Amino acid sequence: MKTIEVKGISKNFKDTRALDNVTLTFKENRIYGLLGRNGAGKSTLLNLISNRLFPDSGSICVCGEPVMENDRALSYLFCMSDQDLYPEGMRVEAAFQWSGVFYPDFDMEYAKSLSKKFGLRLNKKIKNLSTGYASIFKLIVALSCNVPFVLLDEPVLGLDANHRDLFYRELLDAYANNPRTFIISTHLIEEVAGIIEQVVIIKEGKVILNDSMENVLSMGYCITGPVAAVDSYAAGKKLLGENVLGGLKSAYFWGQYDTDPLPQGLERSSLDLQKLFIELTNA
Amino acid sequence: MRDEISNAVPIYLKVAEKIEDAILSGAFPEDTQVPSTTEISIHDKINPATALKGVNLLVENGVLYKKRGVGMFVSPGAAEKIKQRRKEEFSKNYIRDLILEAQKLSLTKEEVISLIERGYENENH
Repeated sequence: MKTIEVKGISKNFKDTRALDNVTLTFKENRIYGLLGRNGAGKSTLLNLISNRLFPDSGSICVCGEPVMENDRALSYLFCMSDQDLYPEGMRVEAAFQWSGVFYPDFDMEYAKSLSKKFGLRLNKKIKNLSTGYASIFKLIVALSCNVPFVLLDEPVLGLDANHRDLFYRELLDAYANNPRTFIISTHLIEEVAGIIEQVVIIKEGKVILNDSMENVLSMGYCITGPVAAVDSYAAGKKLLGENVLGGLKSAYFWGQYDTDPLPQGLERSSLDLQKLFIELTNA
Repeated sequence: MRDEISNAVPIYLKVAEKIEDAILSGAFPEDTQVPSTTEISIHDKINPATALKGVNLLVENGVLYKKRGVGMFVSPGAAEKIKQRRKEEFSKNYIRDLILEAQKLSLTKEEVISLIERGYENENH
């Protein structure tokens, strides 16, 4: 079983604790959503996994091999981020060939066919690509390099709606044809909610949620009704947050919903992933 | 405001419902192959495991059957089976919602019935 094992990882930047004793496992052939607010520690985690940063404590193994200065462990993963790792002046096609040197299973034909679909010109210099096309170029490398773990840090940055749509479809196509693990870190939660199977939420350097989408969605719900009735319903339940509009209150709960009929005047509705995320990471 | 059942439909149930709708409309005739879970996954931009769960539900319900190594096919009599089940749900869900909402608005049974009749007349114009 191929995994990424993160054990007891902590990382400080000067006086900021970016990650605080994080332990989690990314399993084989799954699509993960790695969610968190700005500064929560998502990019730090991905950079630690790909050995671009070093932890202050803890260990990370990919397929059983420690990632620290270990080319074999790193050959199992590809990390796409806003960092540019290509020599100045290199053109798209040459960069694809270069990627093939590091990743022996890089699929050149596929990379070219994706470039055509996205309208990325092969003879363009990488440094001259627009923000959107710079992302597209990196996404194409990420999808083409055929490694067990693909880490995508804000993959759709600068992409228009059509290209985002195309990217999600190509991701699912690539996943179906050649299953592997994708870890997608994004703020566009609604767009990936249907695609991801596992949700990891990081808040202030700690993992506060790591569960299947199915379980997560079954755990959050909203009760709406007159303020007093909602308050008495809330007693003894785990309240995430609430909104008041005049005499009407909506309260968001975390927990298994009991199936007893609701008191008169109260209504239940579900919470989608984005709403849940907001309530879980507020304050 | 709609009831919990309608606003919280899990994606896999929507997948199943879409396939059923296509069977009812004749787009997926009996004994023909339905799209693969990969095709559904890409088309609807959903995780293939979710698509598979929706398809498997229809296999359990006898709406689809599996041809090993080929794919999923529409069962003979599937449309009739779907209609039968949805008729039962119709009275459980729609009618119950209708009555609850009518009670909220203090509409009498007679008023509701006359509204339904008027609705039918408008549809038939």
